[in-house]
Amino acid sequence: MSGGHSTYTPTNGFTKWLDSRLPLIRVMNDNVTNFPTPKNLNYWYTFGAILTFCLAVQLVTGIVLAMHYVASADKAFASIEYIMRDVNYGWLIRYVHMNGASMFFLAVYVHMFRGLYYGSYKAPREILWILGVIIYFLMMATAFLGYTLPWGQMSFWGATVITNFFSAFDQVIPGLGSGVLEWLRGDFAVDDAAVKRFFALHYLLPFVIAGVVFLHIWALHVPGNNNPTGIDVKGPQDTVPFHPYYTVKDGFATAIFMMLFAVFVFYAPNYLGHPDNYVEANPLVTPAHIVPEWYFLPFYAILRAVPDKLTGVLLMFGAIGVLFFVPWLDWSKVRSASYRPVFRQFFVLFVIACLALGWAGAQPAEGAALLIAQVGTFYYFIFFIFIMPVVGLWETPRKLPESIAKAVLAKNGHAAVQPAQ
Amino acid sequence: MKIRSMLATAGLLLAALAAPALASESEVALKTAEWSFDGPFGTYDAAQIRRGFQVYKDVCAACHSLKYVSYRNLSGPQGPFHTPADPKLGEDAVKALIDGIEVPDLDDAGEPITRQARLSDPFRSPFANEKAARAANNGANPPDLSVMVKARAGGADYLYSILTGYEEAPGDVVMQPGMSYNRFFAGHQIGMPQPIVSDDQVTYTEPGAPKASVDQMARDVTAFLAWASEPHMEERKRMGLSVLLFLAFLAALLYLSYQRIWADVEH
Amino acid sequence: MAHSPSETVNRRDFIYIMSATVSAAGAAVAAWPLIDQMNPSAAAQALSSTEVDLSAIQPGQIVTVTWRKQPVFIRRRTEKEIAEAHEGDTASDLKDPQPDAQRVFKPEWLVLVGICTHLGCVPSSQVRGDYDGWFCPCHGSHYDTSGRIRKGPAPKNLAVPNYEFVSDTKIVIGEGKTPAETSKEHTA
Repeated sequence: MSGGHSTYTPTNGFTKWLDSRLPLIRVMNDNVTNFPTPKNLNYWYTFGAILTFCLAVQLVTGIVLAMHYVASADKAFASIEYIMRDVNYGWLIRYVHMNGASMFFLAVYVHMFRGLYYGSYKAPREILWILGVIIYFLMMATAFLGYTLPWGQMSFWGATVITNFFSAFDQVIPGLGSGVLEWLRGDFAVDDAAVKRFFALHYLLPFVIAGVVFLHIWALHVPGNNNPTGIDVKGPQDTVPFHPYYTVKDGFATAIFMMLFAVFVFYAPNYLGHPDNYVEANPLVTPAHIVPEWYFLPFYAILRAVPDKLTGVLLMFGAIGVLFFVPWLDWSKVRSASYRPVFRQFFVLFVIACLALGWAGAQPAEGAALLIAQVGTFYYFIFFIFIMPVVGLWETPRKLPESIAKAVLAKNGHAAVQPAQ
Repeated sequence: MKIRSMLATAGLLLAALAAPALASESEVALKTAEWSFDGPFGTYDAAQIRRGFQVYKDVCAACHSLKYVSYRNLSGPQGPFHTPADPKLGEDAVKALIDGIEVPDLDDAGEPITRQARLSDPFRSPFANEKAARAANNGANPPDLSVMVKARAGGADYLYSILTGYEEAPGDVVMQPGMSYNRFFAGHQIGMPQPIVSDDQVTYTEPGAPKASVDQMARDVTAFLAWASEPHMEERKRMGLSVLLFLAFLAALLYLSYQRIWADVEH
Repeated sequence: MAHSPSETVNRRDFIYIMSATVSAAGAAVAAWPLIDQMNPSAAAQALSSTEVDLSAIQPGQIVTVTWRKQPVFIRRRTEKEIAEAHEGDTASDLKDPQPDAQRVFKPEWLVLVGICTHLGCVPSSQVRGDYDGWFCPCHGSHYDTSGRIRKGPAPKNLAVPNYEFVSDTKIVIGEGKTPAETSKEHTA
């Protein structure tokens, strides 16, 4: 996978036999144990491992929950209560799965902002970045489908509203949108047919995600990791083997992350959810505030920022779509924002804009919240399609270090004492 | 990227997480009570839940179902009647309390009958179906209470506020027929007539029980419903403490390993 | 460096081994809920007793009721069937010898879990086999009028559940003790 030469030598009869038939140990050795990794990766780089952990947790708990869940409009809500009350440790497994979705998104957002900050999408890592955006999109689809399954009020009305996005296409070709809508729901409203297909797809998509994650890691291992300086690895003095150096660092970070996860699961399991989802779905009554899960709020704010239905839907999908083009929107010669004083300011503003959009998405779409949503939406798009290319051309970056090894020495204040190796 | 900036970012993200919770505050500030189950170490007060069950049985059960809770839950390991030394005692106590409660069933000839409720039965629902419930309640459907404390923003405080929030309607409010005025209900017009009306409406028989004042009964039944919504809460908090202690220990070990492994590498 | 090299190495190894061990232990403990969730739930465990009215059962008749989602045979034995069962007490072909008296509370009423001890089929109450009891169509096991295995591949007698007579014509399966437990208490 790494494309480089292998560092593995089988030592005994069995490993030699295995290596000439299925070089499993060789692949593990070259891609995990001895994979040369830049030695200056900071804690922001541990989120790849944390995300792998999250995916594994969601897969395992999800498979277990599927052993008890009933996908039917009549019985879904009751089956969740059965899991919560009667299944051995059912409450634990469900709370882990439920909060696991939030933890997964928390980690993926950190991972994405880290990628944006250090220019990890720039050549030769464009495919790596695009695969990441695909994973993110699949995660959103999976999370949305999963949220409909408990068949509470938010499940039902979330499903109704989201599937209704597609009715916006009636503005393009009359009848197209409503046709797609009925096809998606398999009925005239969200009901039994919908919950069954949502469950089937919610079970399928995580395995698709796992497949794309495999490609993502493959695409990472061809050029190797980016790093906080954004400059290329020049030789062995710049790297350490992945194991034990990064297994232990990732392990430590994952343990800390698990503590945050555990605080939610054991002490505030419903904090990130919405009380209305403990009310069984009622097609005749819409809850007073329909709010998506927190990780969708920025996109929800973008959807509601414009008064036109079709434009809102297109902007919302465009907000994800624009991410695919980021590798070609950034015209800077330098990868890392650490050496780009101007871009760095705009990046901080971008993070603030995303948080502000998230806040606005939780408010009723009126007054100050609407204004903030509009400003945030404007900045979100301007950041990608104007600031990124223009600042990239115009800004004068700071002087880059000669190598990762020298950058590390300089940072630790040894530069003057030990000039070179 | 040092610890300080990591913390700052973590703070920002947590603030973003907090936004949805802050978004849905009701217009009137709820009454707050001190609940034994509040906080990371809070536990249920079994005696209070037993009293609350009595209030539910004598007052609420006339209209509200509790269909996801079974009688066995009362005497089971998470229940207020549980007797760890000899589970049979708790089971007998619950059997005595539900004596006379008739639940629908079919006889051997397939005819609908009612029979004495067993421990394995879910709580009896007062109405056969939603239409029957609406017909008997001025068109309103009394909601199931099994997860009510989790189903309302404010949780236990909300329920307690509603139960004690009935008032004379202000002069300028035109009341819809059959509605009652409640200070804490959205729109203030609630279909449920004041359920707990007077002191000693329910007779507390357990030795050492407090006086059955309106306020006390409202608190007790709320505590009972909090337990019904989340029967595994005590187990959850206990397990959480062990998990966090374990993870802290593991994280400390991994940090020491990390420092030693990286000791000879400039990074 | 104050420590001798070997001392440093030892302490370092200790931390690594501890970290790995504690991680592995944590993973093992975390696996338990995922395994235990497949055990019968609290709801399944609660459905533990079945009440049966015996008054409509005629002598010679076998009825099948459900207890814990499994079939239970209730047979009102005739005098002849009771005599056959007693003769069987001393038969030489018993694989799992047990006197009839330890398998019933009242000779007239035989209550059995209707699951063949071979591979779990339900023996036939219509085709009663060579010993006038039950015949299992799956692999040809013959049971006698006390539900004991006499011929065929099954290793054990049909199981007797715990039950009790709450009146002369009513039993509750799943409450009380089994006849064998009761007779042991009497002899002890």
